[in-house]
Amino acid sequence: MIGRIGLPFRILVIFLYLFLLAPILVVLPLSFSNDSYLTFPPESWGVRWYVAMFQHAGLINAFWLSLGIASVVTALSLAIGIPAAYAIGRHEFRGKEFVLSLFTAPLLLPSIVLGLAILLVFVQARLLGTVTGLIIAHLIVTTPYVIRIVITSLSTLPPSVEEAATMLGASPLTVFRRITLPLMAPGIVASAALSFLLSFDEVVISLFITGPRLTTLPVEIFNYVESQTDPMTAAISVVLVTATLLIIMLIERTLGLSRTIGK
Amino acid sequence: MSAITHMPADIAAAATAPKRRFPLTIVLLLVPMAVVNLAAFVLPVLRLGQISFLESRSGGVLTDVYTFKNYLDFFTDSFNFGLVINSLWISFAVTIATLVCAYPIALFLHRVSPVWRNVLFVITVSPLLVSSVVRTYGWMVLLGDQGLINGSLLSMGLIAEPIRLINNTLGVFIGLVEILIPYMALALIAGFGKLDQSLEEAAASLGANAFTRFRRIIFPLTLPGVALGCLLCFVLAISSFITPKLLGGGRVFLLATEIFDQAIIQLEWPRAAATSVIVLIIFGFALAVYSRVVRRFD
Repeated sequence: MIGRIGLPFRILVIFLYLFLLAPILVVLPLSFSNDSYLTFPPESWGVRWYVAMFQHAGLINAFWLSLGIASVVTALSLAIGIPAAYAIGRHEFRGKEFVLSLFTAPLLLPSIVLGLAILLVFVQARLLGTVTGLIIAHLIVTTPYVIRIVITSLSTLPPSVEEAATMLGASPLTVFRRITLPLMAPGIVASAALSFLLSFDEVVISLFITGPRLTTLPVEIFNYVESQTDPMTAAISVVLVTATLLIIMLIERTLGLSRTIGK
Repeated sequence: MSAITHMPADIAAAATAPKRRFPLTIVLLLVPMAVVNLAAFVLPVLRLGQISFLESRSGGVLTDVYTFKNYLDFFTDSFNFGLVINSLWISFAVTIATLVCAYPIALFLHRVSPVWRNVLFVITVSPLLVSSVVRTYGWMVLLGDQGLINGSLLSMGLIAEPIRLINNTLGVFIGLVEILIPYMALALIAGFGKLDQSLEEAAASLGANAFTRFRRIIFPLTLPGVALGCLLCFVLAISSFITPKLLGGGRVFLLATEIFDQAIIQLEWPRAAATSVIVLIIFGFALAVYSRVVRRFD
């Protein structure tokens, strides 16, 4: 009987979940409001704000920019992060622990501080308001996760398979390409998905380094929410949440998310 | 034996590799990451520290005169000092409220059947995948003057005028608690491993009621998770920017919003840098308190 879940406890937990999910759930009905200002529940219904969203040039440009940046950042995060993780996870060298802490340290810094710090250096390097600047700044956010995930998935692979391939005469590059890389695939897919989502959603650091002529989607949405309250943000939110769910489901269907994250 | 004596040169080299200091391969693998780290982390942090000691002329023009003025101003100005106090107590209150909300969720997850546990676990962490701008906007919809809560209360005739739920500290508090629940729940779930049902059964058989069992058995065993969750939420609360900025409506002044305003609106970079360093010092304190508390558990 001990550890049994009583009715009051169940009701409490249901209320807590309602509280946790309320701001996400409320956005769906609101996105179908036809009112010109924010009222809940809406007085009239329709798809007016979905139409308005697709006609808003600033948002559409920001969307394409964010999509492009997130794709490049994902590719570069893997290109930079996997070699570093491989060196740390598969080789012994002096100062290894230090290198690992240095590469994952940006995770510990609050993004408001990191954003300001990056602004102060980028203003001198003339990288403010440039695509290159945004990509470099996003890379510092995504690579710590890539390195952590890839090191974890390397540690679950026994080196014996790689040793066997070497023994049979494969060159180090062939061993990596034919043995290590395919075995790490789930970890790499997880890193890629996470890098993409992190870059696509990044807002605080981007707020510091985007300019009036170059804004990413989260920055554009933030500025919009700050300046006006109408249901268009709800329509954007629904599209974004749906897209995120689709990406996750796609990964789940092809690989199994729980397996990729490595339970 | 013969296989070992005819070992290919590669393997012999690999076996001795640990003794080499910095083989070229390793350097080549690490260099791209090191360059990015240097450009977007090490140099920026050093520059931040340097600029926090630079004197600025009016309008935010940087000079190369070093001074403690930015820090001294911070502690002599009552507005700035108020910022620290405000940030600290809001973050404390948010941390405690998040713990109170997330603890039942984590305990529930610990007790339900494995199938439900997986489903509810996904639901608990799924808000992390939704941008904080979107979730904060959701709270503006719920708490606004014409939002769900005020609308329902007005139509039921319980209130005559909308209650102010956003653009004040209360709105920031509610939004932050909700945003941070998944982090707290994750930390708690990770720490609930030590909780064994047989201990509770033993306590019950010795006559302990449900409250005593919680106070003397369950809670103490989950304290490491509680400490980790509190550290995480406190640190995230004090550095959060999006939620206080949007739900505070320019009326709630915290360290993080001040860093942004000083840097972007007033262009007072040295002051913004000094404020950032103070946030980092508070981080250091929180971490020191945490490690002292954790040491006591062992």
